[in-house]
Amino acid sequence: MLTISTGNNAVAAAVRQAIPAVVAAYPITPQTEIVEQIANYVTNGSLKSKYIPVESEHSAMAACIGASITGIRTFTATSSHGLLYMHEMVNWAAGARLPIVMANVNRALGPGWNVWAEHTDSLQARDTGWLQVYVATVQEAYDATIMAFRIAEDRRVYLPVMINLDGFSLSHITQQLEESEIGDFIPPLMLDHAIDTKAPAGYGCMTPSTDYFRIRYDIERSMRDSVAVIRETEDAFATKFGRKYSWTENYRCEDAEVLVLSMGTLGKEAEVAVDILRDEGVKAGAMRVRWIRPFPELDLGDRELVVIDRNYSFGFGGILASSIRAKTGRQCYNVIAGIGGQEVTYNDIAGFIRNRRIGEETWFGVDA
Amino acid sequence: MFEIRLHSRGGQGGVTAAKLMALAAFRDGKYATAAPFYGAERRGAPIVSFIRIDDKPIKIYSQIHNPDLVVVLDPSIIDLVNVFDGLKPDGKVLINATEVPAKAAGYKVSLVDLTGIALKINLIVAGSPILNTPVIGALAKMGLFSRESASAAIKEMFSDERNYQAALMAFEELV
Repeated sequence: MLTISTGNNAVAAAVRQAIPAVVAAYPITPQTEIVEQIANYVTNGSLKSKYIPVESEHSAMAACIGASITGIRTFTATSSHGLLYMHEMVNWAAGARLPIVMANVNRALGPGWNVWAEHTDSLQARDTGWLQVYVATVQEAYDATIMAFRIAEDRRVYLPVMINLDGFSLSHITQQLEESEIGDFIPPLMLDHAIDTKAPAGYGCMTPSTDYFRIRYDIERSMRDSVAVIRETEDAFATKFGRKYSWTENYRCEDAEVLVLSMGTLGKEAEVAVDILRDEGVKAGAMRVRWIRPFPELDLGDRELVVIDRNYSFGFGGILASSIRAKTGRQCYNVIAGIGGQEVTYNDIAGFIRNRRIGEETWFGVDA
Repeated sequence: MFEIRLHSRGGQGGVTAAKLMALAAFRDGKYATAAPFYGAERRGAPIVSFIRIDDKPIKIYSQIHNPDLVVVLDPSIIDLVNVFDGLKPDGKVLINATEVPAKAAGYKVSLVDLTGIALKINLIVAGSPILNTPVIGALAKMGLFSRESASAAIKEMFSDERNYQAALMAFEELV
């Protein structure tokens, strides 16, 4: 069915297709309309889930953990400070190898009090063991949410997946959306390590270093195995629904001499900048990084790199640029832009590319 | 691409109006995006929404700086905000008013009394006249989207017949 939707409602519509047995969420600020819409679905009977409104994001994730460990499908959504508040449980979910799916609406952290788009919230959770994907359109928010359940619940992965969408610029924009009947695209969840609720038992939970070390190693091994699962899932999705996704979305990259890399909606805006530069005779291309965990193998060749970071790791640098440097050994021009919802237009991005100074970092609108 | 900037006050239905515009354009077979700009939301505060309509997918998420059309749901905003900022030289302005505000002199202004229409048929919610559905009728008259698509969009989002009736009155009233 072809319709129009906000990013928030697209995630909710995808969750309705995935039919999680439990949705637990804190329903108040900084929550979004994602769980409001899911609550509507549950109330009007179009989604047969147990919806648990809890008193905090920490409890939301704890409730998802408690439900998931019995072997049932779970979902929650949050944003910015909510994600930070559940951080302890975010780690626990991955450590317990639970295929929980969560949508996070990327918003800046206070103070100063700011509600707009920024990726620092979810990137602070990048070392937790969650898979993380960043989307740029309402359709992609829908599609990525559906795929997230299949990826998380795959026996080779058994790790939680976070879908990230830019606050307001994507969560609240209205675009067209094709909703699909997903049929058997997400197989029933078979969680090998689910607890047996019919024979409840508790054991001493202290984990000695030797075992703990092994458990952590297993997380990393599954994270690496998830590469193949993501590829398979995105291929299967393309075959079934005709919409193809990959590690990056590449726009006019084939013969490009300079690439602009970014995440989220800025990546789409960058495509418009590339068109402008191409008309000026500059061979530019745009590469939008979708998955940040697992971090993709990037085909960068010997092209000059401009990396836009809508985030920052204080005392170090933009997180995407740092990751690219670390992974590929390549230098880049790192532009810190869009933080706290800072307005960044396609003309601005074209300017970043025109005025690139490889090896340097610039804070857009602040640095001279 | 056709770009519209919509000025309203919190509680007047500007966000819904933007969504209705996108839906009507979409029903015309176009691509459309509607992006409300959120600040500290409160009733009565000036708010702005950005609507884009095109024949191909729209990749722009930033604000509209050079609109083809400016829509003003509350004329008192004109004294607070430069609603004409960046308006294209041949750009148009649609204002919910019965006479052209002084600051609008020199622009290609169309007037429609949306408030009067809403009051006339008692289309009032929580004490405020509803402007978001009648404005769709006026915009259809201006050729932004077809009358059929405007009607379909309203009926898709609202079951109260008065919304459609108000849009029809605005359609007929706008010269």
